[in-house]
Amino acid sequence: MFDIFQRLGASTLGILERLGRGATFLINILISLPTVLVRPRLLITQMFSIGVLSFSLIVISGLFVGMVLALQGFYTLSDFGAEGMLGVMVAASLVRELGPVVTGLLFAGRAGSALTAEIGLMKATEQLSGMEMMAVDPVARIITPRFLAGLISMPLLATLFTSVGVLGGYFIGVGLLGIDEGGYWSQMQSKIDFHQDIMNGLIKSVVFGWVVTWIAVFEGYDAIPTSEGVSRATTRTVVHSAFAILLLDFILTALMFGDV
Amino acid sequence: MRISRSIEIWVGFFVAIGFVAMFFLSMQVSNLSSISGEPGYDITASFENVGSLKVRAPVAMAGVDIGRVTAIDFDPKSFEAVVTMSIESKYSELPSDSNASILTAGLLGEQYVGLEPGGEEELLEDGSEIEMTQSALVLEKIIGQFLFSSDAEE
Repeated sequence: MFDIFQRLGASTLGILERLGRGATFLINILISLPTVLVRPRLLITQMFSIGVLSFSLIVISGLFVGMVLALQGFYTLSDFGAEGMLGVMVAASLVRELGPVVTGLLFAGRAGSALTAEIGLMKATEQLSGMEMMAVDPVARIITPRFLAGLISMPLLATLFTSVGVLGGYFIGVGLLGIDEGGYWSQMQSKIDFHQDIMNGLIKSVVFGWVVTWIAVFEGYDAIPTSEGVSRATTRTVVHSAFAILLLDFILTALMFGDV
Repeated sequence: MRISRSIEIWVGFFVAIGFVAMFFLSMQVSNLSSISGEPGYDITASFENVGSLKVRAPVAMAGVDIGRVTAIDFDPKSFEAVVTMSIESKYSELPSDSNASILTAGLLGEQYVGLEPGGEEELLEDGSEIEMTQSALVLEKIIGQFLFSSDAEE
C-alpha cells in the first residue's frame, strides 16, 4: 500500500530533478552563447546538418499538406458556393497553425532525434569527458552551436513549409480545380494580416524551435551512457517534443488569437 | 577545424531561400503590400447599431478601399457605437457632410463602412465626426418586419 505512495513520490521527485537539471543546462547554454559567435564555423556546420538536411523533407511535406488542404477545402467550400475563399482557408490554416506545428513535429523527428543520438553517443564513447580533460567546455563546444543552429533553422524551415504549402494549394486550386487565379491571391491578401497572422506564426515557430532543440540536446547530454540509454533518450526526445509542441501551440493560440 | 566550401554555400543557400519565403509570405500572402506607409488621419462616426462590424474592416468610397476601422467603442451617454476610422492621407479631400453607412459585402459577407460624398466645400480632417450615419441592417429585424407586414396584408 505504502509502496505506491513511495513510488509516486520518487517519480515526482525524479521529474522535478530532471526539470531542474534541464533549466540549469539551458542557463549554461545561454551563458556560453558568446563563445559560439566568436567561432561561426561551428554554427555553420551545425546549420548544415540541422537545417539544410531537413530542407527536402520540409519542402515535400509542405507541398503535399498544401495540396491536400486545397482538395479537402474545395470539397467543403463548394457546398456553399464559396470556392473563392479557398486561398484564404489554405493560407490561414498554414500560416497560423499547420506551418509551425507540422514543421516542429517533423523537425523533432528529423533533426531532434539525430541531435540526441549524436550527443548521447559522444557521451557513451566518453568524447565529452575527454574534452573536459583537455579543458575544453563541452557545452560551449558541442551543445551551444547545435542549440543555436536549431533555433535559427526552425523559423526558416517553418516559413518555407508555409510558402510551399500555399503554392501547393495554388497548383491544386487554380490548376486542377479551376478556381479563379486573381481571386485566390486577392482574397488571401485581404484576409491575412501581416502582424496578426504571419508574425504570430513566426513567433510560434521560434518558440517550437527553442523547445525542440532544448529537449533534444538536454536528452542527449543527460542520457545514460549505454546503447540502451541512448536509444531511450532518442525516443524521449521525439515524444516529449511532440507533447511540448502541441501543448505550447494551444497556449500560444489562446494568447494570440483567443480574442478574435 | 576546416569545413568544406560546399557546406558554407549550402547553408547560405538555405538561409537565402528562407528569407525569400518570408518575403513571399509578406508580399504575396498578407496585406503588407496594400498597407501604405503614411499613417493617414482619423475620423469618427456614431452609429445606432454597428451589427457585426469588426476592427480592421475596410472603409470604402465608391467601392474603393480608402481606409480601415481602427476602433469601435460604446458611448455610455448617447448609447451609440463610436467607430473610429483611419483614412489614408492621399484621400484627404472628402467633404465634411459625407455620410457613412454600414454595408455588407454580398449576402452573407463581412461588414464594412461605406462613405458617400456630400456637397460641402469644407473638408473632413483629423478628429472630425461624420454627422449623417446609417446603421447596419440586422437581418433578423428585416425578416421580422417582412413577416409582420405579410401577415397584416392577409
